[in-house]
Amino acid sequence: MSVSERISSSAATSFARHIPWSSLPIHGLLLAGAVVMIVPFMWMLTLSLKPAELTHTEPYLIPTTFQWSNYTEAWAAASFERYYLNSAIMTLGITVGQVIFSSLAAFAFARLEFRGKEVLFLLFLGTMMVPFHVILIPSYLIIRNLGWTDTFQALIIPRLISAFGIFLLRQYYHNIPRELDEAAMMDGCSRLGTWWRIVLPLSGPALATLAIFAFLFAWNDFLWPLVVTNDPDMRTVQLGLAMFQGRYGTQWTLLMAGTVSATVPTILAFLVGQRWFIASIAQTGLKG
Amino acid sequence: MSLFRNAHSRWQRANRLGDLNTALIALAPVVLLFAIFNIYPIVYSGYLSLMKWDGLSADRTFVGLDNYQEIFNSPIFLNSLIVTAKYAIGVTILGVGLALIVAVLLNSVVRGRTLYRTLYFIPVVTSTIAIAIVWRLLMAPGFGYADIVLRNMGITPPTPSWLRNPTWALYIVILVGTWKRLGFNIVIYMAGLQGIPGEYYDAAKVDGAGPFARFRYITVPLLSQITLLLVIMSIIDAFLIFDVVYVLTDGGPIGTTEVIGLLLYRQAFRYFDLGSASAIGWVIFAIVFMATLLQWRLFGLKENRT
Repeated sequence: MSVSERISSSAATSFARHIPWSSLPIHGLLLAGAVVMIVPFMWMLTLSLKPAELTHTEPYLIPTTFQWSNYTEAWAAASFERYYLNSAIMTLGITVGQVIFSSLAAFAFARLEFRGKEVLFLLFLGTMMVPFHVILIPSYLIIRNLGWTDTFQALIIPRLISAFGIFLLRQYYHNIPRELDEAAMMDGCSRLGTWWRIVLPLSGPALATLAIFAFLFAWNDFLWPLVVTNDPDMRTVQLGLAMFQGRYGTQWTLLMAGTVSATVPTILAFLVGQRWFIASIAQTGLKG
Repeated sequence: MSLFRNAHSRWQRANRLGDLNTALIALAPVVLLFAIFNIYPIVYSGYLSLMKWDGLSADRTFVGLDNYQEIFNSPIFLNSLIVTAKYAIGVTILGVGLALIVAVLLNSVVRGRTLYRTLYFIPVVTSTIAIAIVWRLLMAPGFGYADIVLRNMGITPPTPSWLRNPTWALYIVILVGTWKRLGFNIVIYMAGLQGIPGEYYDAAKVDGAGPFARFRYITVPLLSQITLLLVIMSIIDAFLIFDVVYVLTDGGPIGTTEVIGLLLYRQAFRYFDLGSASAIGWVIFAIVFMATLLQWRLFGLKENRT
């Protein structure tokens, strides 16, 4: 038997084994569930591509007309470019900041010996339990007193630290062999240098995971930008979208074009980073 | 020998000093930001909850625990507590129950597992605002997809329409909340299912247990820890809900969907009653804190044992 024959015959047996006819009802159920999950997205996409006069006509879930001008019209009706730019700057700032600062702190907690380390770490752990609702009002007052209302500082700086990020990376840094640090220091590397030359290069997957979490969090955040901005020019995509709904709530095709525009970045980010993202969420359940 | 030991301890001491200096550098930005934007606001919030203040005027009066007394005597606040609790119960039962079923089904198929998982997971990563806007249109009176489907089936949708109907509005909010978080629960359950040894099922099969018996007597008990974790996480998140309701109903009709987070926002940024709003924040904290303590008790202890 040639190699290819053997492969194809084993593929055939595994096919027969893995899709027995009895699993069809299961696939039916799963597919039905998946359709329910996806219907809102199909409805959104289909509407966003319909001419306004066909808004309330069939088909509802499959785009058959492609009125791309809905997108240009929506983007012209509200300053979506501006919202996008604001969201991009804010998201980039928060993501880069969280990755760097969390990594530095996690490095200190995982690989350095100093007095008060446990106390400080417990403090982080403790305040992580305080919901954002509690600090919302004082944080807003601080921003106002600093004169930071309607600025990028207000959107970015209070959210540069992530207790979650510090925990995630600390766990990971515990598992990098300490001998690597020692060897590097023998060769004249400074203590901080080991973060830059040893720990960072070895923590790609963990940093990627944190970056995706930070990106999704920042891009989708609503309450904080709502509170610290008034100026229409400082609106993020989510804020802009909520305001857009208030004004164009009756023009469904435009509204959905705006909504699709707001969701594309996160869905793309998720599809790209899905592997790390899912793996780290799955971890949550395995800790117990 | 002593020379060597001296040198060694000197090296160690230098090393420790190096560690301390490095830690200072590495932790400085985090500690600074943390102090300004976490610790200080927590203290400040506790202080505010004891004051009457509109956030602008000079007169800021200390009223002790009056704000707490006030909110617990306020029907609006008590209503929001009940609404949030109902939401929490709905999202938890539906979200965790359905996730278990889907995860078990997903675990039993080989082909298409990743694709299904992706489809179920996409709502988790999509912006809540966008999702809420889409659902508003789906549930819109007359022209929404829900009404279209029901009319085709010969069922008359309720009047007033879903989101304007005092009986239905909260159910719709629960439905959207469940739909949004289902994928998250599924992923955690799937990870748990991977950890159950296949021999358990083989042995049960040999003993003649059918698929439902295997689910009832192997899967459910072995996943009970994860179920508990998901229940607690779900309750915590439910008490922090804001965005979905803000867009879907803004608390209406007649306060039937006014969750506690929305009330806090309104109290602070529409009525400028920072004292009561801060007190509401601390009540949310108390509820979340109890749930977290429960979680730590149940899961932290187990971690220590193993």
